[in-house]
This record gives sequence, C-alpha cells and structure tokens, in this order.
Amino acid sequence: MSVRSTARSVRAMLRIGFLDAIAYRGETIVWMLSTTMPLVMFLLWSAAADGKPIGRYGAGELHASFLAAFVVRQLGGSWAAWQINMEVRDGTLGMRLLRPVNPIVHYAIEQAAHVPVRAFFSMPVALLFFALDPLIHAPKEPLLLVLFPISVLGAWALSFLMNVIVGALAFFIEQSVKLMDVYTALFFVFSGYMVPLDLFPEPVRVVLDYLPFRYQMGLSVELLTGALSPAVALRLVVQQWVMVALVTLVAHLVFRRGVRHFEAYGG
Amino acid sequence: MRALATLKAQVRLSVTTSLQYRADFLVDAAVELFWIAAAIYPLVVVFDRTDSLGGWSFDAALIVAGIFAILQGVMEGLISPSLTGLVEQVRKGTFDFVLVKPVDSQLFVSFSKVQPWRCINALVGLGLIVRSLHRIGYVPSAYDLFATTVALTASVAFLYAFWLVAASTAFYVIRIDNITYLFSSVLDAARWPRSVFRGVMRLVFTFVIPLALMTSYPAEALLGRLDGTTLAASAAAGVLALVVSRLLWKRAVNHYASASS
Repeated sequence: MSVRSTARSVRAMLRIGFLDAIAYRGETIVWMLSTTMPLVMFLLWSAAADGKPIGRYGAGELHASFLAAFVVRQLGGSWAAWQINMEVRDGTLGMRLLRPVNPIVHYAIEQAAHVPVRAFFSMPVALLFFALDPLIHAPKEPLLLVLFPISVLGAWALSFLMNVIVGALAFFIEQSVKLMDVYTALFFVFSGYMVPLDLFPEPVRVVLDYLPFRYQMGLSVELLTGALSPAVALRLVVQQWVMVALVTLVAHLVFRRGVRHFEAYGG
Repeated sequence: MRALATLKAQVRLSVTTSLQYRADFLVDAAVELFWIAAAIYPLVVVFDRTDSLGGWSFDAALIVAGIFAILQGVMEGLISPSLTGLVEQVRKGTFDFVLVKPVDSQLFVSFSKVQPWRCINALVGLGLIVRSLHRIGYVPSAYDLFATTVALTASVAFLYAFWLVAASTAFYVIRIDNITYLFSSVLDAARWPRSVFRGVMRLVFTFVIPLALMTSYPAEALLGRLDGTTLAASAAAGVLALVVSRLLWKRAVNHYASASS
C-alpha cells in the first residue's frame, strides 16, 4: 500500500468517525453530559475548604483544578469499550476484520474523530468559565504549556487502549462492560478526577506513579494548572509515553488472542 | 384490577428470568460494592482534613451516602433495567408489541424487567446507616422512621419520574443507549449532604433537579431534624413529579413512529 492510498484511507476513516459522531450527536452529547463529575467534586471540595485552603488548594486552585479536569476528560476521554463489546457480541466485528487495516488502528481513527465534535461543544463552556472566573489564571511556565497537548494526547491514547483491552475481554467473558465499570471507578478515585492527587497520603502517591490512572488525567491537569516544576513535568510526560508504549503492546496481544476466539455469531 | 394482575405477572416473569442468570448477580454485586467503596473514599479524604461539611459530621454524611446507596439499589433493581430496555425497544421498533397490548404502556414498560437481585446496594446502604446511627448514638423514634419512609418514598417517586422522562427522549433521539451513564452521573451529586450546594447550585439542585433533597431529607428525617412542613412539601412534590412525567410520557409515545421496514 502506497503512502498516498494510506493517507486517503485514513482520511476516509476519520470522516466516517466524524460523521458518526455528528449523526448520533444525541449519544455524543449524552457522553459529554455524563462527565459532570468535576463539577460535583468541585462542590464537595469547596464546601470542605469553606474559605480555608486544603493542602495547597485554596479557592483559586480548586477552581482551576476542576476546570482543567473537565477539559482533560472531554479531550482525553474514550468510550470505545462499549462499542467493542457490542461489536464482539453481535458479530459486527466480522465486518471490521475483513478490512485491510489493523482493527485497533481502525477503532483508534474512528474514535479520534469524535474528539473534535466533543471539543466543539465543550470548549466554549470551558473558555467561558476561564474568562469569567477571576480566580483562574493562565499558567506562566511555557514548557508546561508545550507539554500539555502532548500529555492530553497520551491521556487519550491510554484511555483508548485501556478501553480496547477491557473491550477485547468480551471475546472471553460476557460481562466485559462490567469490568469497564470497575476500571472507571478506579480511574475516578485514583486519577485525580475526584480527589486531587497531592491530597493522597504519601505511600498511595508513590504507587500511583506506576499505574495508568494518573497519566490519564491528573498529569495533564497538573500541567495546565502549573502545579509541576519543569523538570518533574518532563519526567512524568516521558513516563506517560513509556506507559502508552507498554499498554499498546498489551492491547495488541489481548486483541489478537481474542480474535482467534471469535466465532462471529449471527453475522 | 387488571393493572394489578399485569403487574404481578410481570414481576413474577422477570424474577424467574433473572434467576436464570445467577452468575451475573455475583458480578453485579461485586461491581456495586466496589462503587460504593469508591464513592465513600473522597469523603474519607475530605474528613481527614476537616471535621464538618457545612454542619454535617462524618457519620451524618455517611447516612446520606447510605440513603444514596438505597436509592441506587432501588434504581438498579426496579427502575433502570426496564427503562433501558425501553430505549432498545424504541430503536429496534419492537415497541410496537407493547403498544398493541391491551394494557397501559407506561405500566407495562416500567416493570418489564425487574431485577430484585440487583438491589444489593440497598442492603449495604442499610448497613452503613445502622452503623453510622450507632456511632452517633441516636436512636430514631417511631415518628422519625415514619418520616424517613415518607421522604424516601418521595425520593423514589422523583427518581422514577426522572428516569421515565429521560427514557422518553428515546422517542425523539434514537441512539441513546448510554442514557444510564448520564443518569448515574447526574445522580452522583446526591451522594453528599445538601450543605455542599451553595448559591446558584443550591437553587438548581433544590428546585430544578431536587437531587440535594432526595438523599438529605430522608437522612435528616432519620436524625429527627426534618420538620413536618418540609416533609409534606416533599411528599407533594413527589406526587407532582409522577403526574408531570406521566403527561410527558404520553406526549412522547405519540411521537413514536416505529422502525424497521
């Protein structure tokens, strides 16, 4: 396959994903609305702070932190597990396997095309909050701003790949979506989505450095709110991408094993 | 009378059906327990740093979390499986078969898939409440228990009304299989005592989506802190929610245009 035809098919797949997100905009908006958790958590933490700072979190830090969490969740979230699970169970995956593209790449391109649609709806909201809230300031350190998009891309890749892994378990067990629920619960608690990471006790924080959750959310939030020194930020982003590489390998292996199991019922 | 018989038959049928999937129950139970623990953890972290959340102590906040778990159990076991099924029926066009039946469509749809096994949360919630009451050292009087029951019933009515309206949107927007996730994430705000909500949020979550009251009122009633007027008002609001959702449902059904062919 030449470079040109590859570029053409990638473009076509992006277009299909994009149109899918637009055609089923009801569903897309519902996924977006179901990310109100930062707001809910923000309310809890503000009430708990009640004027006094908690750890390093004063009112301004809380506002910035949860607005950043909202942005990162919108741009870096992925819900592929539900789609993969459904396609494995009703056999439509068979159609995908026929195509001359690696199915994971195919999913990735389609899912990636949903991000601009989500950004279109959510970023105006975020910018509005940013403009109206006098307590939120733009980060000053340029390196952090450069690293932020890289970390969001990494966060998206990790979320997507974890979705692929759990979704691919549908080849082996019926309730893989339930496992995704478990993973989501862990993600909510340990990624910095519900509880800012530096409020965790020290031993927990050390463990979290070696788990994917922080790199799916907390890292990008800390970059955007300027909570990290440049050296630490750089090290964490490198760690994030090492993790992306590892998880890519695992996703590939699990999916390949799963496909051998696949019998395309119905079809 | 016929409605009652239909209801009875449906509940029996769905219990028998769900009995076939006992292994599912174990998985569900494990996932639910996990979620409850995950949801309480932020409270633990918060109360590690402070003693009171706008006047609510840790144990009082846990009672709210317990009420939340009960409501979630009722929702998972009695309300959401049926209405999630509705979304699918509308998409596939099999809702036709509901309409041709000589029973009220809302009644039929609402109880078509009762899964009592999924009420496991409710048990855990109950345990959480008993433990917290014990730690506070308050023994609810008979009136407190009565008030709690009324407030909880009103909350369930609200929950059902919201679900019905949310599921009715399936008639307008076809693909919303993920409505359950939206629902549980909006409901998430009800995990915390109502003192968490301030300013505009307090107004929104009291009058627009009374999440703040769904869990906090029963908890306050149990602690003997809820006055009679508020209790009566919440009961009235529960009835109102049922009536409004019924009207919206009828409108939505008229919009149904079947599928297939």
